[in-house]
Amino acid sequence: MTRLAYCDAIREAFEYCMDKDEKVFAIGQGLWSPWYVGRSMDNLDKRYGKARVIDTPVSEQATTGIAVGASLLGYRPVVIHPRMDFMILATDQIVNQAAKWRHMLGGKTSPSMVIRGIINRGGEQGAQHSQALHSWYAHIPGLRVVMPATASDARDLLIGAIQCDDPVLYIDDRWCYEHEEDVSPAADITLASIRPTLRREGADITLAAAGYSVLLALDVAEIVKQDGISCDVIDMRMLNPIDPALVRSSVAKTGRLVAIDGGWSNCGFAGELIALASESLEPGQWKARPQRVTLPDSPAPTSKHLEASYYPTAAGVAEVVRRSMRG
Amino acid sequence: MNHDLGALADPACYTGPTVLDNWSTQSLLDAMKLMLRIRFAEEAVADLINSGEAKCPCHLGIGQEAVAVGISTHLRHSDRVFGGHRSHTHYLALGASLDKMMAEILGKVTGASRGMGGSMHLFAPEVGFHGSVPIVGATIPIAAGAGLAAKMDGRGDVAIGYFGDGACEEGVMHETLNMAAVMKLPVVLVAENNLYSSHLDIGLRQPANSVGRFAEANQIVTRVVDGNDVVAVARAAGELIDAARQGEGPGFLEAVTFRWRGHVGPNEDIDVGVQRAPEILEAWKKRDPIARLWKSLKSDRGATVEVFRAMEAAARDQVKAAVETARAAPYPEQASLLDFVYAPMGVTV
Repeated sequence: MTRLAYCDAIREAFEYCMDKDEKVFAIGQGLWSPWYVGRSMDNLDKRYGKARVIDTPVSEQATTGIAVGASLLGYRPVVIHPRMDFMILATDQIVNQAAKWRHMLGGKTSPSMVIRGIINRGGEQGAQHSQALHSWYAHIPGLRVVMPATASDARDLLIGAIQCDDPVLYIDDRWCYEHEEDVSPAADITLASIRPTLRREGADITLAAAGYSVLLALDVAEIVKQDGISCDVIDMRMLNPIDPALVRSSVAKTGRLVAIDGGWSNCGFAGELIALASESLEPGQWKARPQRVTLPDSPAPTSKHLEASYYPTAAGVAEVVRRSMRG
Repeated sequence: MNHDLGALADPACYTGPTVLDNWSTQSLLDAMKLMLRIRFAEEAVADLINSGEAKCPCHLGIGQEAVAVGISTHLRHSDRVFGGHRSHTHYLALGASLDKMMAEILGKVTGASRGMGGSMHLFAPEVGFHGSVPIVGATIPIAAGAGLAAKMDGRGDVAIGYFGDGACEEGVMHETLNMAAVMKLPVVLVAENNLYSSHLDIGLRQPANSVGRFAEANQIVTRVVDGNDVVAVARAAGELIDAARQGEGPGFLEAVTFRWRGHVGPNEDIDVGVQRAPEILEAWKKRDPIARLWKSLKSDRGATVEVFRAMEAAARDQVKAAVETARAAPYPEQASLLDFVYAPMGVTV
C-alpha cells in the first residue's frame, strides 16, 4: 500500500494506461502547462512525448471531435477539459456523437474514449468558472458517467474508463485533489462491474452522494456521531448507467435519506437518488421524508461573502440530518 | 484567392463533355457504372418515400454523383471516410453494399447499421465508410481525428470528411481547419457546395459564394472544381490525397454542384429555395455529370449506345433487387433497443 493524494492518483492512472497501451493518448488545453490541471498531468508530456500528450488550441468542440474520430479508428484518447464550464462547448460531440454513435450505427462500433471534465469552483471564480454539470450528462443513454470521491477511485475509475470501449465522462473535482488514501498497486478495471459502495456503515440514516459530496457526507457522519446518530454513507461512483440496489437496501434499513449534491436541485442527481429509493420502498418504510441538499437555484456568486453561503457545508448538512432524525 | 465562384456557379457554363485526361476506358466505364448505380438508387429511394414505405428523412444526392465517385477513385479500404445527412453518394461510391443501404432506409435488421440508423446513419467500415450523421458539420472534426489516428499509425492512410456549404457556417468547421493545419493531419475535407443549405441560397447566407476561402485562411491547400465533372474532381482530389498521404498535411476540396431534388425528400420543390427558380434547376440539369461523361465516352472512346443501355439496365436491376431484398428482410429485434446502448461489459465483441 502507498499513500497517494487524489490528484497524484489521477496521474498514476495515466501512467499505468499509457505504459500498458500505446493506443492511449491525452489531448486538451493546458496539458503542457504546470498550472492548468493541478499536479494531475505533471510531466506526462516529458515522459510520453508531445505526440501522445497533446496541448491544443482553444477549440473544445473540435478537440473533442478529433478524439471521437481517433477513438473510432482504434485509439483510446482522453480529452481533458480543465473546467467543466468550457466543456459545454463540446457538448455536441459528447452528447450527439460519442454517446449515440454505437447505438445509431447498429452496435458494431464504439467511441472508446474518455472525456475528463474537471469541476473547479470556489475561490471567487464566479458563474462561469464553477459549475458541476454531472446531472446534465448523466441524463444521456450511451454516455457512462463516473465521479470518483477517493484517491483509489480517482485512479481506478480512470483506468476503468480508459479501458472501457464506451465513451466515459470522468468527472474529477479540484476540491478532492489533496484527499489522501492508502492505495493498492494499480490494476486493470472493468468499469461495467463498478457498483456503488458503502464508505461508512451505520443504522439510523442514509447519506447518498457522489464525488466531493461523499467527502462532505463523511464529515457530516463524524459530526452527527456526537449526537448519537450513525450514518450509512453511500458513494454512488457511477452516475450513468445508475445502479439503484445499494441506496434501496440502505434506505430500507434506515428509513431515512439525505441526498447531497453539488449541483442544482431541479431535475438533478439528488432528486434522482430520492426517486430511486422511493420507487422501491413501501410508503410505510419511511421514518422521515427524504431530503436533498443542493446548491441554491442561482449561478455561483463571485463575492466571498455570498460564496460562503452558496456551497453546502458539513455543518449545514448535519442540521438537515438532525431534522430528519426528528422525523 | 477569388472568393467568387464565377462561372463554376453558372449553370450555363461547364455543360460540355468531360475532359477525360489519360483515364483508361475501363476506369471511365467503372465511374459511369457507379454514378448510374447512385442515380437509380436515389430514384428508387424517392419512389419508396412516395409510396410511404420509407419514412425516415432521406436527403437525395441526385445530380451530385460525380463528387464522391471522383474522390473514391483515390481511396483504399484502410482510408476512413465520414459523411453527413446527404451521404448515400459517399457510401455507394466506395462500393458499399446497395442491399444494405436499402435495408437500412427501410429500417431492416439486414441494413448497414442493422436497422438502427436509417438513411442518415450509414456504416460500412469494410470499405472505409465509418459513419454519417445529420448534425451539420459534426463529422468534420471526427474525420480530422480519424486522420490523427492515421498519422499515428504511420501507414499513409488518409481521412475524408464530406459536408456541404451549410456546414461551413458552423463554428466547428473553422476550429477543425485550424487544428488540422496546425497538427498537420492527413485529412481531406470535401465541401460539396450545392449553393443551398436547406431552403436558403448561399447568397443569402454568406458574403461570398466560394467556401474554399475558409481553408485558405488557415493556410490549407485548396482546390475549387466543377463538381459535376468526375475527372476534374478526381484530378484535384488526387493531388490533395497524395499530399496528405505523404505527410504534407490537410487539403480542402470545394466541389461545386447542385442537387436536383429538395433538401429532404423526393420532390424537386423548386419553391422552397428563396432564389431557386424552376429555370435554374432546368439549367443545372444540363450540367448533368452522367450525361457529360457519356458524351465524352461516346465521342472520345467510341462507346456505343448499346453499352450505355446495358449499363443502365444492369444498374436498374441491381437497385430493384436491393429494394426487393430489403422489403423481405425482418425488422430489428426488440432487444436491440437496449442492447446497443453500451458495449456488453464495456467491451465490443
